[in-house]
Amino acid sequence: MSHETHATHGAPSAPAHPDHSLDSFGDAAASATRVTPGNALRPEDIALAKDVPSEEIAQYALRLGDDSLILAQRLSHWISRAPELEEDVALGNIALDVLGHARSFLSYAGHAWGKTEDDLAYWREEEEFRSAWLFEQPNGDFAVTIARQLVVSAYQYLLYARLLGSTDATLAAIAAKALKEVDYHRDHAIQWTLRLGDGTEESHRRMQDALELVWPYVGELFQDDALIDAVGAAGVRPSGLREEFDAGIAPVLEEATLTLPAVPAASGGGRRGEHTEHLGYILAEMQVLARKHPGATW
Amino acid sequence: MSEQTNIWPLWEVFVRSSRGLSHVHAGSLHAPDAAMALRNARDLYTRRNEGVSIWVVPSDAISSSDPDSKGAYFESPQGKDYRHATYYTKSEGVKHL
Repeated sequence: MSHETHATHGAPSAPAHPDHSLDSFGDAAASATRVTPGNALRPEDIALAKDVPSEEIAQYALRLGDDSLILAQRLSHWISRAPELEEDVALGNIALDVLGHARSFLSYAGHAWGKTEDDLAYWREEEEFRSAWLFEQPNGDFAVTIARQLVVSAYQYLLYARLLGSTDATLAAIAAKALKEVDYHRDHAIQWTLRLGDGTEESHRRMQDALELVWPYVGELFQDDALIDAVGAAGVRPSGLREEFDAGIAPVLEEATLTLPAVPAASGGGRRGEHTEHLGYILAEMQVLARKHPGATW
Repeated sequence: MSEQTNIWPLWEVFVRSSRGLSHVHAGSLHAPDAAMALRNARDLYTRRNEGVSIWVVPSDAISSSDPDSKGAYFESPQGKDYRHATYYTKSEGVKHL
C-alpha cells in the first residue's frame, strides 16, 4: 500500500469540521446517458490517505470497525437463507454496508500501526477483537436477526450522528457516509419489528422471544471506559446515547404490541477482548482462507 | 391464524433515473405490502445509483392488452400512412411548419 498517493475525492484530510452539506448530492456528475456509481467516501480513499490517528483514536476506530466487521460476517450468513429472495438481497445489502464501515474504520486505525484493513481483519486473534457482545450473537431465526438489527441500527444511528461533530476529520467523514446507510438499516428493522410484532400469533411470539434473547447485550453498547475518556471530543460518549436510544425504541415496541424485556444484563467485556464462545467460530470461518493462502487475491 | 398464504403478492416496479423525466418499468418483485414493496424495490433496482424515485403497483392492478388480439389491436394501423405527418406535402406558401 502506497502512502505517497493522495485520495482523488472525498479525501478525509479535510479541515477539522468538514463541510457535509453537499454529501446528499453525491451524484452531481451523473449524465443523461450513463449511470455512475456516484461520489462518496470509499474505504480505498481512507486507505490511501496519509492521516495517522493517535493511538487512542486508532483504538477507538478499531472498536467501531470490529463491531461492524463481526456484524457484517453474521449478516452475510443470511445470503441464500433468508425467508424470501427479496429479503435475502435486503440483508445482503445491509451486510455490505456495514462491511464498508468496517473497512473504513479498520483502514484508518491501521495507519497508526502500519497495518492494512486485511492485516487487522484476518491476522488478529480472538482476544484482540474489540467488538461488543451483541454483534457476535447468533442470527437465530429471522426475528432474532431483526431484533439485533433494531438495537444495532438505532445505536449506530445515534452514534454516527454525534460522530459527525468529531474533532477527528476522518472519523467525521466516515460517520457522514455511514449515517445515511444506517438510517435505512433502522427503517428496515423497524418495518419488520412492526410486522412481526403485530403480525400473527406465531410471529409475535417469536419477535418477543427474540427481544428477550438480544436485550441482555444492549447495556454493553452504552458503557464508558478509560478509552472513551482518552479520545475525548474525537469520539462519542456511549452513556450519553442511552436515553435517546430508549426513547426511540419504546414507541416502536409499543406500536408492535411488544414488551420491553426485563432481563438481567450480560457482563460484557468485548471492549477488553473478552468474548462469548461465538466469536471464535466466526473468526475461524472468516479468517481461514486468508490464513491458509496468505497474500492470495481473487 | 388458521390459513396462511405463504406467497407474497407480486408488484411491478417503476424507477425514474436521475436525469429521466418518466418512471420506467424496471421489473417485478414480491412484498407483503406496499411499504415493503418500495423498500424491496430500492434494494433490488436502485443498488447501482440508478434512481431518484420509485413507484410500485400491485401487479393485479394492471390491465394489459390481450396478446392474442395483436392483429386487431396493433396491426390495423399498419399501412395507414395518412396518419403520419410525412404523408402530407407542404402547402405552397407555408413557410414554417
